[in-house]
Amino acid sequence: MRGIIRREFRAYFQSPLGYVFIAAFVFLTNYYYFTYNLYGNTTDFSSLFSMLFSVVLFLCPILTMRLMSEDKKNKTDQQLLTAPISLSAIVVGKYLAALSVYCIACCGVLIDAVITACCAGVEWSVILGNMAGLLLLGAALIAVCLFLSALTESQVIAAVSGFAASLFLLLIGSLADVVTAPWLKAAISYMSFNNRYQPFTCGIFDLAGVVFFLSLGVLFIIFSTLTLEKRRFS
Amino acid sequence: MTEVLVVKNLYKKYGEHVALDGVSFSIEENGVVGLLGLNGAGKSTTMNIITGYLSQTSGDVFVGGHNTQSDAIEAKKLIGYLPEQLAFYNDMRIGEYLDFVCDIKGLTRDRKERKELIERTCGMVGIGGMKKRLIRNLSKGYRQRVGFAQALINDPRVLILDEPTVGLDPSQVLDIRKLISDMGRDRIVIISSHILSEVQTMADRIIVLNRGHLVADGSEDVLKEALGSNSHIAIRVQGDAAQVRAVLASTERIDSIIELPSREQGTCEFSLENRSGADIRADVFRALAAADLPLLFTYGREFSLEDAFLQIISESNKEVGA
Repeated sequence: MRGIIRREFRAYFQSPLGYVFIAAFVFLTNYYYFTYNLYGNTTDFSSLFSMLFSVVLFLCPILTMRLMSEDKKNKTDQQLLTAPISLSAIVVGKYLAALSVYCIACCGVLIDAVITACCAGVEWSVILGNMAGLLLLGAALIAVCLFLSALTESQVIAAVSGFAASLFLLLIGSLADVVTAPWLKAAISYMSFNNRYQPFTCGIFDLAGVVFFLSLGVLFIIFSTLTLEKRRFS
Repeated sequence: MTEVLVVKNLYKKYGEHVALDGVSFSIEENGVVGLLGLNGAGKSTTMNIITGYLSQTSGDVFVGGHNTQSDAIEAKKLIGYLPEQLAFYNDMRIGEYLDFVCDIKGLTRDRKERKELIERTCGMVGIGGMKKRLIRNLSKGYRQRVGFAQALINDPRVLILDEPTVGLDPSQVLDIRKLISDMGRDRIVIISSHILSEVQTMADRIIVLNRGHLVADGSEDVLKEALGSNSHIAIRVQGDAAQVRAVLASTERIDSIIELPSREQGTCEFSLENRSGADIRADVFRALAAADLPLLFTYGREFSLEDAFLQIISESNKEVGA
C-alpha cells in the first residue's frame, strides 16, 4: 500500500491537479476569511467553516476524478491487479493519497487561525473541532467520489458524477422540509451531510457525525473494492 | 517432479461467449512453453487468469501449490507478467517506476538492496544507465525492456509473456528472443505469439488452443510426428503442369496435390501428401514414367510448425463441426 500512496501522491504534483486543487481551496478559504473574519472584524471561524462545506463538496470531485478512472483507461490497472497486493490495499492506498492532498489544502485554514491568534484571542478548541469536522467531511466525500471514479474510465464522467453527487448531498437536507412521511423525513435528515456537519461549526464535537462520516467513508471504500473485484469477473 | 503450474479444467465465459472450455495442463520443468492459437483462441484469457488479472468462471489454477483464487497473493509472488501492451505511468522515470514495482511486489525496503536489485535487473535487460530517463520518451523497444524488467524484478518462478516481440524491429526481436531463451534456463517461461517461427525457435513445448479448447500439447517434434510429416514430398517434373496434375490425381495414394511456384523453365513443381503416412515416392515415379513425364527432382518437404499448427486447427474445427 505504501507504494500506491507514494505513487498517487507524487502523481498529484507531477501534474497541475494537486497544485490547482490546493490553490483553489486556499483561495476560497482566504476569500471567506477576508470576508467574514477580517472584514467582519471577528475571531469566530464558524461562518468560514460553514462556507467551506460547499467548497469541499465542489472541489473533492476534482481531486478524485482521475484516481481510478485513469488506471482503467490507460490499462495501468493491469500492473496493479497482477501484483501481489490486495484489492483493498490498492483502493485504500489511492484513497489515502487523495486524503493527504486534501489535508494539505485544509492546512490553509489553520494558517489563517494562527494569523488571527497573533492579533487576537481565538477559541482553539472550537477551531480544532471544526477542523475535525472538515476532515471528516472530506474523508467521506473523497470515498464517495473515489467510488464514482471506479465506475468509469472517463475522468470527465467521474468529475461530473462527483459534482452531481455533491449537489445531491448539498440539497438532500432541504428535501426533508417537503417530505410529509415522518420516517422518510427522519431518514433524509439523518443522511444529510449538512445536518451532520453543522454541529461541528457550532463548536459541538458530534460523535454521531463522526461515526456517520467515518462509516460512510468505509462503506464507499468497500464499494470501490467490490467494483475492482467485479471487473476481474467481467 | 513437483508441478509448478497447474491449470485444471479452466472455464471462462464472457456473457454468452465461452472463451475457455475445460483447458487443463501442467508444467513441471524449467523451459519455454509456447501458447499458440488463432485470434480469440483463448491465449490471453488463459494468461490473464493465471496472473490473476481475470477470474475464471470455474476451474483452478495453482502456482507453486498456491491457488490463484484462494491464495492469490502468494501465487502472484511467484509470477512475472508482461502483457501484450503494458501500460506504464508515463510521468515516471525508469528508476522510479521500478522502485514502485518493488513496492507493490513487496520486495526489500532496504535502500541499498533495492538499488542493487534495480541495477541488476536493468543490466539483465540492457537498460543499465538509463534509470533517469522518462518512460514517455522511450522507444517501443526500450519500453518493452522496461516491461521485461518489471516482470523479472521479483525473480519469478513463472514468467508469462504475451506477444513479447510485437512492434519491435528485427534487431530488437533477436535480442528479446535471446533474452527469453536465457530466462527459460532457470524458470518456466510461457509465451504467446502469432509468429510461429518465433515459438519454433524458442519453445521446448507447445500448447495449441483453438476456440477455447486445448487441441495439442507437446514438443514441436511430437506435434509434427503426430501429423505424419514423413509422407510429405515435393517434386519437379518436366512438362505441362495440367498434364502432370491429371496424372498425379489419378494416382491412388496421393491425398493432397498443391502446385508450387516453378523454379526452372519448362518444368512444374508440386507438393504431394499421403495423410496415412505411406511412402508415395515409388507410386509417383511409376505414374509419371508411364505418362512419359520426366521426374527431375524429388525431395522431402520439411513439415513446418506452421503446417502442423494449421492442420491441428483445421482438424479441431472439423471435430466441432465448424
